[in-house]
Amino acid sequence: MVMEVNLISKEKLSKMGSMEKIRMILDSVKEGKIVVLETGLTPEEEAKLIEVTMLEIDHQNFVGIELESYPQKEKSFLSRILGKRQGRMTIIGPANKLKTLEKREDLIRALIT
Amino acid sequence: MERWGFFARLKKKLRFLYRLFLRKDKLKIGIYGPPNAGKTTLANRILRDWVGEIIGTPSEIPHETRRVKLREGVKIQVDGKSITIDVVDTPGIAAKVDFHDFLKYGLSEEEAKRRAKEATEGVIEAIKWLDDLDGILLVMDATEDPYTQVNVTIVGNIEARKLPLIIVANKIDLPTASPARIKAAFPQHQVVPVSALKGINIDALYKAMAEKFG
Repeated sequence: MVMEVNLISKEKLSKMGSMEKIRMILDSVKEGKIVVLETGLTPEEEAKLIEVTMLEIDHQNFVGIELESYPQKEKSFLSRILGKRQGRMTIIGPANKLKTLEKREDLIRALIT
Repeated sequence: MERWGFFARLKKKLRFLYRLFLRKDKLKIGIYGPPNAGKTTLANRILRDWVGEIIGTPSEIPHETRRVKLREGVKIQVDGKSITIDVVDTPGIAAKVDFHDFLKYGLSEEEAKRRAKEATEGVIEAIKWLDDLDGILLVMDATEDPYTQVNVTIVGNIEARKLPLIIVANKIDLPTASPARIKAAFPQHQVVPVSALKGINIDALYKAMAEKFG
């Protein structure tokens, strides 16, 4: 079976708004693709992604997503002042095709079927 | 979108300052966690201990709680300290809801699909409630790997909102429970091991709540 994997760079993600990223992720995942984000999503964006995913589950073809990312790093002094949080590398795929085998602070092992 | 992000961050900061300087008489405390972690069992334990009632019926079938349930005015008194809280029992948060998972519990396909649809609505409601709370009890099943994406996402959102958090390492009455694993996964947060079902170490949780939320 052939699977398409899209690796999205930090540069491309930095030019996208939150909903734009979520739309791009869900459109790709619903087409059966795996998406890897170099800088991931913020926790708020992850929550929004889960919300929108719930709205789009159709109980037939799309039953949700598998989402795995590393936890946030401690914020720097500057980012604390600006209040900006940046996510870390994240993998997202259709729940019926991507399965997490192991997740640790510094390692994510996943199976694509 | 950037402008929206700025105002959202500003709103959060103002809410944090409001909480800091204008203490409320009554605090809304949300019980969060993945499905089947024991959220409703914990809510029932708290309510039974302090007001002599329960809020819902736990079940081994995931997503038993599919609507947020609220019990107002629960007064907790520990060591001379007293807090009055509104207990908010929330549906389990998940990134996938497959009705096939419910069939193995003997539900008909129609019932399973209805449950799945209600579960998706419950997840959305639980996430939206995060903006209206004053503190969180995050319930994790101490027999399971705590390092799941749902736990990481919930903790990240609580930290982003600067909400006081206690992680409840539940089900310590089971032989495979390991609260130490939860402490190792989230070392920056207070972890209280309990069995909500058996009431083990529950007084330590009330003490932690009075200190953290009071």
